[in-house]
Formats: sequence, structure tokens, C-alpha cells
Amino acid sequence: MAILQIKNLHVSVDTDQGTKGILKGVDLTIRSGEIHAVMGPNGSGKSTLAYSIAGHPKYQVTDGEILLDGENVLEMSVDERARAGLFLAMQYPVEIPGVSVSNFLRTAKTAITGEAPALRTWIKEVRESMDNLKMDPTFSERNVNEGFSGGEKKRHEILQMELLKPRFAVLDETDSGLDVDALKIVSEGVNRAHTANDLGVLLITHYTRILKYIKPDFVHVFVDGKVAEQGGAELADRLEAEGYDRYVKA
Amino acid sequence: MTDSSANVQHGLIEHSHGAGVPLQIRSDRPRSKSVSDFAAIDQRQDLWRYLDSSALKGLDADVLAEYKNEVQFAETAGVTFTWIESTDSRVGLIGLPEDRVAAAAYTNASKTLLVEIAMDVVLVEPLRINIVGSSNTASALHLVIVANKFSDATIVLEHSGLGVLGENIEIDVQDEAKLNFVSVQNWESGSSHVAAHYSRLGRSSYLKHSVATFGGDLVRITPVSTFTGSGAEVEMNGVYFADAGQHIENRPFVDHAAPNCKSRVTYKGALQGNKAHTVWIGDVLIRVVAEGTDTYELNRNLLLTDGARADSVPNLEIETGEIEGAGHASASGRFDDEQLFYLQARGITVDEARRLVVLGFLVDILQRTGVEDVIERMTSVLEDKLGRS
Repeated sequence: MAILQIKNLHVSVDTDQGTKGILKGVDLTIRSGEIHAVMGPNGSGKSTLAYSIAGHPKYQVTDGEILLDGENVLEMSVDERARAGLFLAMQYPVEIPGVSVSNFLRTAKTAITGEAPALRTWIKEVRESMDNLKMDPTFSERNVNEGFSGGEKKRHEILQMELLKPRFAVLDETDSGLDVDALKIVSEGVNRAHTANDLGVLLITHYTRILKYIKPDFVHVFVDGKVAEQGGAELADRLEAEGYDRYVKA
Repeated sequence: MTDSSANVQHGLIEHSHGAGVPLQIRSDRPRSKSVSDFAAIDQRQDLWRYLDSSALKGLDADVLAEYKNEVQFAETAGVTFTWIESTDSRVGLIGLPEDRVAAAAYTNASKTLLVEIAMDVVLVEPLRINIVGSSNTASALHLVIVANKFSDATIVLEHSGLGVLGENIEIDVQDEAKLNFVSVQNWESGSSHVAAHYSRLGRSSYLKHSVATFGGDLVRITPVSTFTGSGAEVEMNGVYFADAGQHIENRPFVDHAAPNCKSRVTYKGALQGNKAHTVWIGDVLIRVVAEGTDTYELNRNLLLTDGARADSVPNLEIETGEIEGAGHASASGRFDDEQLFYLQARGITVDEARRLVVLGFLVDILQRTGVEDVIERMTSVLEDKLGRS
């Protein structure tokens, strides 16, 4: 049983108009096997939370802490966080010209586990995961995210999550831009990793649509850089009916 | 552009900008076989301003030795290799020297290697020409490559060993022919190489022209592609890696002298170490007759350390407004932080991430040659260079 704690997190970014506070005291605790949905209107700081957990240099933590089994995550570099078991499925994965998916996956797996995976079992594992996500085998020969459709990029993110087996995964609007078929495929991937690895999931989403396929244990409503309300899955149903207006006006 | 990060990005049909204005119109450059028609080289001349002329090691002299034994090739069905006299009428048809070093090489190469791919011949395997130098005596070499009508071939010209070489290469891509030409410069240190490539593209022909430069103290290549028939296409690619003290200069020029032709010029380089210097001058001329032209040129440089310098100047001369498109982009800078973040977020250390990004950035161009062994061998050359940083 692992535990990821976010305590009183304050984060700011540098803008042309000076430093701007985005997160204003976030408290969240996620345990292995739990699925937490973070929902909120645009600009509420959902993606900032995701990037801050992963350690993107653009985001400065000005107060608070993030602890993984008591270890100070904020002192770790981006790659150390990944090796400690944190994973961020990105909303806008970048293209890396000249680096093939197969080379990338093998390099990442080697980095995470500290040794190169046995070739034969690794190839089999990659093929099975790609098969599950309905990805064409030629996909592994393409360059990372280069010329990928929106749906392919998201599947590729989930593929990495299944293969790298993190302890906690933050999914940053993984549902955005997906049609229903792709949404189902991606959701099944998340559910598989959740079951297989007792994965803790922080599911960041603007819409309730994905929650039909991934059942959250907890729902947190994010407004203006803070958790405005939290509850169980029923809170998502209420948001579906009422939208965010209630929070934004308040 | 200097060693600060900078960007020029246009997709405009017509424009002008200070750094890009050529001191002399590219098409007006004088052409001659005679060394004496060109003034002694001096850094005040625009053509040589980036270069310390001592690095030429005598390539600009009146008298040069000659390469012949250094040139290796294997006889192949459908292709003839012949050493002809350079006074033969088949020499000098495609292009004449535009600078003093090219003229010196032209005059001093008494023999020319004529490589002729017969009409209709389709070669599955790449044709290899290996040039293996073994001395630092300034020498001259002249090649004429003729891809006859409807032929389809790949030629890999590879330079290695120790050499001080002035080289002229004429490439005649006749109507409907397809040629994939790759020139690799992987010289030992102490080498200097100045080459001029003159390509002429006939009607509906296709030329992929690639240069890959990794080894040599000085390597300067001026590849010129001239469209003489309509509906032709040229793809000019370049990849280079300059280590401390290396000077790599590329001066591609596309002359749109026929209508409805397409050109794409893509050069990418990386620099590491003190006084690593690269120069890219990309010229495109769209003449009055060249209606329907579609052209784009791009140069990107990755500066891996302090002390390296990348100069990058795109020039576009447009004499007709009736074109499909004309654009260029040039950028020299440091790593893309988002790429590094993505890789690091998958557990990959920052050093390994850098290595992957640089290799990927350059291998992208190598891959376009489509020649497997060149991609593999040059990738490992790059890996060695990155291992040294």
C-alpha cells in the first residue's frame, strides 16, 4: 500500500504580467488502488496540479508539500519522480523526431526498472499491450508522437502507463478530443492497469463523460486553485446535471 | 545569427530583412574555369567571410595534385564508370565554378570520372563510390554523374581518411529520371574539403540530394540545383555535427529557372565544444519564367555547449509573383525543454534524454536518405561524438 499526499500546495507561474498564483492551497490524499477524479472549469488549475506533481520546471511551488510514502517529492528531479513511481499521461504529448516508439519505450522501461528488459518477453509484452489498445503493430516503428492523431497520442500515453507500471498515475484530460470508441479503449486500458498493478489514479477531466467507463471512488471539484467540494461518484452526477456554474458564481 | 537563441520564421511570398539581404544577387555570381578569374581569397569577400582561409590548406592555389587512386567503385550492370579527359565535351555541361577553390579544382583535375546510369535502368542496390584519402596534399577531383531518362538509382559517395580535397561534382538528372544522391563527409581530423555540386533537373525529374558531414577540420559544400524543365522536384537535405574547432559550411542554392517545380531544403546540425562553427547560407531564386513554383527551405541548429557558433542565413529572391508558395525558416538554439520534460517524465535521466533528442533531431535527416547502412553507421558516429560531451 502506497500513499501520495498533497498538502497545502501553492504553485505559481511566470507570465508576461509577472508571477501569477495558480494553486492556492490544494489538499489531496490518494492511496494505492483508489481512483480520484478531479473536475473543474477551464482555468481552475487542474493541469497545473498535474504538471506540478510531475515536476515541470515552468511551475514553481511556493508553499506546501507533496509526499510519496513520506518521501519529499518536491526535492526530486522529474526523472526521479518517474522512477519513484509517478506517471503523468499528458494532455499534449510532444513530438520527438527521429526517436522511434520502440526505442523510446525500451529506454524508459530500462530507466524505470534499472535494467534492460529481457528482449523476447518485452517484445511480447509490448505487442500484447498494443493489441489491447487496438494499436497497429507498425506503430512502434513510428517516431514518438510524430504525425499521431489525437486518439493515437492518448493511446500511446496509456500504453506507456501499462508498460511502465507506475504506482500512481495522473491523467491530464486524457478524454479530451476522443471519440466514443477511442474513449472506451483508453478507459479499458486505465482499468486494466488499475486492476493489475493496484494503481492509484488521479483522473483530471473537464467532462463527466469518461466517468461512465472509469468509476471514481472520490470526486473533487476544483475551483480557482483549490478543492471547492468533494464527495463520492454521486458528486459527478450532480455536476453532470448542474454544471460548474454554482461554484463559479459563488 | 550567433550563439544566442534566435528565430526567423516566414511563410511569406515576398519580404526582405536585414540579415538576409545578399550583398550580391546569387544568380549574378561570375562563373569560370580559370583560377585567375577569381581574386585571392580574403575574409572581406562575402563568399569567404566566415572562413579562416588558412584552413583551406592550399586548395585555393594555382597547382593542386590529383585524386584518382583514392576513388573506389564497383562495376555494376546498367552503369558505366569511365575516366575521361577533363577537356571532353561532356565535362562542364552542367555547372562551372563559381569561386576560386572550385576553379582550382576544375583546372587541376586532368581526368574526370564519368558515371552514367543508362536509360530506363532501375537500380535496387545503391551505387557506391568511396573516396579514401591518405595525405594532406591539396588535391583535385571531378565527377560527372548522368542519370539518363527514366532511370532510377541511388548513389552513395563517401569520403573518409585524411584528405585535402577540392571537388566538383556535376549531376545531370535527365527528363523523368529519379536520383537519390548522398554525399557523406566523414574525414579524419586534419582534413579540409571544399566541394561544389552542380545539379541540373530535366522535365518531371526528381532529385533527392543529401549531404552528411561529421568529420574534417573544414568541410564546405555548395550544392546548386537548377531546374531546366517543368514539373521537376528537388529535395535537398543536410545533416552535420561540428565538434570543437570544426568548421562546417553548407551553401545550398535552388535555381527555379522553369515553371511548376518544387523544392524542399532541410538542413539540421548540432554543435558542441569551443569554436565549433557551422554556417548555412540557403539561397533560392525564383526566376520570371518559374510560375507555379513551390519552395520551402529550413535550417535548424542545436547548440549543445557554450563556445559554439551557428550562422544561418536564408535568402529568397523572387522575380515572379505567380507562385504556389515560398517560405523559409531558420532557428539556432538550445534544447526543446518540452521534449526533455517528456522523456524525463518517463524516468529517463536528463543526460540520456539529451542524447536521445539530439540523435533523434539529426537521425531524422539521415533516415531520409533511405540507405540503411549509411543510417546505421552514421548514427553510431553521432553516438560516439555525443559520448564525448
